[in-house]
Amino acid sequence: MNAIEAVGVHVTLGGQPIVRGVDLAVPTGQVLALLGANGSGKSTLVRALLGVVPHVSGTVQLLGAPLGPRVPWDRVGYVPQRMAAAGGVPTTALEVVVSGMLHGRRLRPPRDRRPRALAALDALGVAHLRDRRVQELSGGQQQRVLIARALVREPRLLVLDEPTSGIDLPTQRAFVDTLSRLRDTGTTVVVVLHEIGPFAPLIDRAVVLRHGQVVHDGPPPPARGEHGDAGHDHTHPHADPEPPTDGPDLTLEVTP
Amino acid sequence: MTGWEQVLTLLASPLMQRALVAAVLVGAAAPVVGTFLVQRRMALMGDGIGHVALTGVALGWLVGSWAAVSPADSLAVPGAVVAALVGSVVIELVRERGRTSGDLALAIMFYGGIAGGVLLIKVAGGTNANLMSYLFGSISTVSTGDLWWTAALAVLVLVVGVGLRWALFAVSHDEEFARASGLPVRALSMVVAALAALTVTISMRVVGLLLVSALMIVPVAVAQILSRSFGRTMLLASGIGVAVSVVGLLITYWNDVPPGATIVVLAIGLYAAAAVAHPLVARRRAAGRDPHPDVSDDVLVPATDPDCAPGSAPGSPAGTGTTGR
Repeated sequence: MNAIEAVGVHVTLGGQPIVRGVDLAVPTGQVLALLGANGSGKSTLVRALLGVVPHVSGTVQLLGAPLGPRVPWDRVGYVPQRMAAAGGVPTTALEVVVSGMLHGRRLRPPRDRRPRALAALDALGVAHLRDRRVQELSGGQQQRVLIARALVREPRLLVLDEPTSGIDLPTQRAFVDTLSRLRDTGTTVVVVLHEIGPFAPLIDRAVVLRHGQVVHDGPPPPARGEHGDAGHDHTHPHADPEPPTDGPDLTLEVTP
Repeated sequence: MTGWEQVLTLLASPLMQRALVAAVLVGAAAPVVGTFLVQRRMALMGDGIGHVALTGVALGWLVGSWAAVSPADSLAVPGAVVAALVGSVVIELVRERGRTSGDLALAIMFYGGIAGGVLLIKVAGGTNANLMSYLFGSISTVSTGDLWWTAALAVLVLVVGVGLRWALFAVSHDEEFARASGLPVRALSMVVAALAALTVTISMRVVGLLLVSALMIVPVAVAQILSRSFGRTMLLASGIGVAVSVVGLLITYWNDVPPGATIVVLAIGLYAAAAVAHPLVARRRAAGRDPHPDVSDDVLVPATDPDCAPGSAPGSPAGTGTTGR
């Protein structure tokens, strides 16, 4: 069974075609990267697949059920790009994670909500932030809380929208660790990325969008030239390779 | 008469008993709904519904005078309930359709509500003076029949608002995530709107249509200064709502001042006090605590960089710090 089965998906926003006829089948257990430049429609595509924005034509099936009330929503997790800019009412990280236990068939959180939410926060290393206002947390801390909110319902299909944009290295590392644990338990993962970067060892398949259409589907493509340039300032969550022994080398290290 | 005897006389008066029950129920229910409205950035929605409800009051009056029921305003509250519900659904639909012209559409609805009310009350054979008790409240004229209406609706608002608080919170906090979870976002948004409409109509008697929103929003404004979680904010706001309603009512028992306005001024006074006092308390509490998370830097910064040592003059020669090899 495919975790996602989308055929001929068209999405129109504000009268403009954003996604133009995308077919996408994601087998269970696959880790798929959705790549493309800014404005290529990748975020809109995943939002349409989850029913956040309506699609004008085509069909979408999630975990074997057509998009709608019959989807097993308790097994679908979504991590948006950033924390919603909610109104002024203070909200703790714990409350945000508890809200992740609600879904189409459950309008009240279960009785054991507190230990479950704490366990989800703990898995992302932010259990100590449980009683802090999310509005006061840093971007990386907010992202961890959002991922905890998606994981608290133990999803079989996890969709992440640029989870590492503007996120520091330890947090990126924590995401990659979390995703590899999930992959090992058979979770299907769809991750929208700008560049594969730290996720490279996890990705089974990459789909590249351009102007709302699929232009590549297969093994992860290499990055464009400039990313490999010597002068390109590239950040990795893993240890840097040994620096070359010859050639100039600039370092901030202090020589004693 | 001693103070204690005064309180006993006050509690013995059936008029005051009714007014106190209404004040407690409305004071508890209004901020619960207000918390969701503030979270949705719709703090003014109560005002909009209040304006529309005035047309409903006049419409009820008009129907009452046609049907020759007595007293003439016995259909005013049902009229307000219907108009407020219709108005809240329209406001919610305008909000959902997008924000471009929503602002303008809402403004037109607000003014239409007031103008329609004033016009219809004249047609119904009343005067603007009849509207005053609805616009500014008249808690001291609450009849037993009114009280039953108010009590039933307030309990309904409390049960639905508190019972569904997590679902309503999820929709208010992050609508996109709620949609991606398969939550019935539209139905839940309509529940919030309907709760706001019912709250407006029950608060109408206590503080008046023009001040209804204050009783929903100002206690939340006070509570959110003082608490860190959504649940605590809602609980505290509800407590503040009860406190200011009861205290405001007691003040008007001994002094000849309008109750609605007194309650609202009390709440705003609390807000001002909390806004001034809280930073002072918070500063003392935060002293000696580093707000930054303790994580490693993304760049290599040597721990013993003399240029970064505390107290070193900015712009000092960097020759010893960095080396280009």
